[in-house]
This record gives sequence, C-alpha cells and structure tokens, in this order.
Amino acid sequence: MKPILTADEAVKDIKDGASLMVAGFMGCGNAFTLIDALINKGTKELNLITSDTSFPEVGVGRIICQNRAATLTASHIGTNPVSGQKMNSGELKVTLVPQGTFAERIRAKGAGLGGVLTPTGRGTAVEEGKQKLTIDGKEFLLEKPLGADFAFIKAEVADTYGNAFLPGATKNMAVVMAMAADHVILEAERIVQPGELDPERVTIPGIFVSAIVKATLPASNLQLKA
Amino acid sequence: MDPKELKRVRLVKRIAQEFPDGALVNLGIGMPTMVANYIPEGRTILLHSENGFTGLGPAAPKGQESQSIVNAGGQAVTIVPGGAFFDSAMSFAIIRGGHVDYTVLGALEVDMEGNLANYMIPGKMVPGMGGAMDLVAGARNVIIAMEHVNKNGAPKILKKCTLPLTAVGEVDLIVTDMAFIRVTKKGLVLEEIAEDTTVEEVIKATEAPLHIAGKIGKF
Repeated sequence: MKPILTADEAVKDIKDGASLMVAGFMGCGNAFTLIDALINKGTKELNLITSDTSFPEVGVGRIICQNRAATLTASHIGTNPVSGQKMNSGELKVTLVPQGTFAERIRAKGAGLGGVLTPTGRGTAVEEGKQKLTIDGKEFLLEKPLGADFAFIKAEVADTYGNAFLPGATKNMAVVMAMAADHVILEAERIVQPGELDPERVTIPGIFVSAIVKATLPASNLQLKA
Repeated sequence: MDPKELKRVRLVKRIAQEFPDGALVNLGIGMPTMVANYIPEGRTILLHSENGFTGLGPAAPKGQESQSIVNAGGQAVTIVPGGAFFDSAMSFAIIRGGHVDYTVLGALEVDMEGNLANYMIPGKMVPGMGGAMDLVAGARNVIIAMEHVNKNGAPKILKKCTLPLTAVGEVDLIVTDMAFIRVTKKGLVLEEIAEDTTVEEVIKATEAPLHIAGKIGKF
C-alpha cells in the first residue's frame, strides 16, 4: 500500500533546487493539483524537466510564469512565450532536446541503461559535445540517461498500490518519467481499492509510485487551446 | 477562395496523391495538416500524432472536447475507429524505427543535398525542435510542403542551408506552390510544375541547380 497524502503533504519535501519531472503534453496530462500545491509552497530554483512548457499559466506553464525554475530541459517551448523571454534574458537556462531523445534518455535512466544511441540530431546543433559511434556502418549519437529527484504524474484512476490508468493521450511522458525519478507522486482523479482496477488496464505499475494524491482541481481546468 | 489559398490547396492536393492506401502518415502543423482533407477517394491513410496515438481525427466538435485527446499542437481533437493510444517512448519508437511511411513538414530552407532547416532562426525564433528532428530522421519518406520563395521573394530552395539544420540529407520530396522536386543522389530533379508557371520561372525562383526531368508533368 502506498501513502495517500494531501497535495501539500506530498510536495513538502521538494526543496529549492530540486529536479522535477512533470509529465504532460501541452498541458494534457499535467498534474494540476500537485503543480498548484508546489506553487503555493513557494519552492523555487527548480530544475524542471518536461516535454514542453504548455501555455502561459496553464499546468506546468505556471512553474515558468511564476519564476520557480532555474533550469529547463524540454523539447518545445514555443507555445509558452514566457519561457522564451526568460531564456533570452538569461533568467532561465534552457536545454532543448529532440522529443524522442528526451523520452529515451528518461527511459534509459529508469531502465538502468548507460545511454541511448540515436540517429536523431546527427549533423545538427544537437550533436555538439556528444560522442558519436558507428554501429554496422551507421552513425549514432550517444545520449545519456536523464533522471530526477521527483516526478509528477497524473492518472484517471489509481489503486492504493499505486497502479495507475492514464487515458488517451495523457500517457505521453508519464510512463518513462515514473521509472526515472527517485520519488514519484501520482495525482489521481479516483483512488480505488486493490482489485477494482483491472490489471489489464494498468498503464503504470504501482511499484514506481511513492505516494498518491487525490486530484482536487478538475481536469476541466485544462484550458485546451481551441 | 483567394488565389494564395488556391495555390496552397493545389499543393497539398498534389502531396495527398503520394500516399498509397494504408500508409501511416505524420503531418506537421499548418499547411501540412491540410493534406488530410484531400486524400484521393478509395484510399485510406492512418495519421500518427506524436504525442501518443495513431488514428488522429478531425478537431473535436465544440462542447465535446476530451481532456485527454489533443494533437501535437495541444488542440482538442478526435481519434478515429481503428486508432490506438500509446506513450511517448512508443510513439517515438514508431517514428525513429521507420514505421511512419511519410511525414509532411514545412521548411524555412531546404537545400540540394536534402538538408532541412525548419526549427529555429537564431535570435528570433527559438521554440525548440519538438518532434521534428526525430520525424525527419526516422520517417521513411520526408516531404516538404512550402511556398517556393519567402516573404521577400527570395528562394527557399538553396545550394546550402544557412539556418541551423533540423536534419542532414533526409528530405526526399519538395512540393511548393510552383514545383514538384525530387531530391536524388545527383541533386534536385524538377519533375512537375504548377499549371500557372513555367520551367524557366521555377529555375529563376530556385537558388539550387535543377535537373529537368525528360517529361515535365503539371499539377
């Protein structure tokens, strides 16, 4: 059984300067309740790792807009102009990573691999400073594993063992991030007893999860771009 | 329809004819997205959405948006019957592993060696590459859909790209409002021209040298 905490309890140990993975894609699948609690707690200087920075003040976009991140590792920041402004002013140190490489680096960490060999980024700015290996006549970049102290994952249903069902396109980076962070905090719209979530429907096995929080902010808070 | 829009439609219609029945296709944002509206009758393609599904459908009707189904631009969309959801690692394994048959993307610049620049203008536009680098490196066929010249009338098909590259040597086909150009080992081959232009005009609007196919088609 996993501890079921309030959002405030769950984010209590996230200190200034911690590294934090936030699953989601353009806000879809962000853990809104946990992000809100973290903002309220006042944590700053975060090393934020997220696929994209959503839209201004939406989901993970708030961590940027509320000046809570010192560094950002992401694949796309174009939909949240605040990220670009802070990058240009030097306030936010941004590392841009191709999205597939981003997923695989995180997966590599969670899967105990020493890195990933990918053809993505060959001959571009992405290869700068990276080792290149030729395998069976084809050149690959060595991309290193990427982990974090904490990860925020959003599920529709979780059982008390932490097994989680993530619907539709909300799975995105959640599956690999759940494997790669030391402490995985799962926000669920519904928390059910073991046996109530069909094992066939488990997107993320509970073994990765450290604590479960009941979502209090509705998913309708997600301001989907029309 | 205004003349500019007509030209865009002609361009995306031409691209839509390239896909065989059953192809898995990833369409970029903007003009490439329009390709889906012009698939020839009798053919079905499956669209891949890199945030995690196959079977990308049209925008969700107002009031019926799902919080868990968005496209790569964050817009509320639908999934068609026969679609499948998966996580990002799977989605990019599909892309990088050569399982996507075609990707259609816009470009800032493309050159005679099939190099592509479409993700940043240093100091001006630095949104991040998102999934573009993986798509261009991994899709079996890379089709560029773009205006033949830029806003100032300068060529976008160059001898050598000047902007930061998205990928090296991966572009297979360039389709513009003026021309249908294939990237080959010996360079760019002009195969077709738009019905309202001439070979001479296309050459004039292109910085890179063009080989002219024996028989020039029109579209």
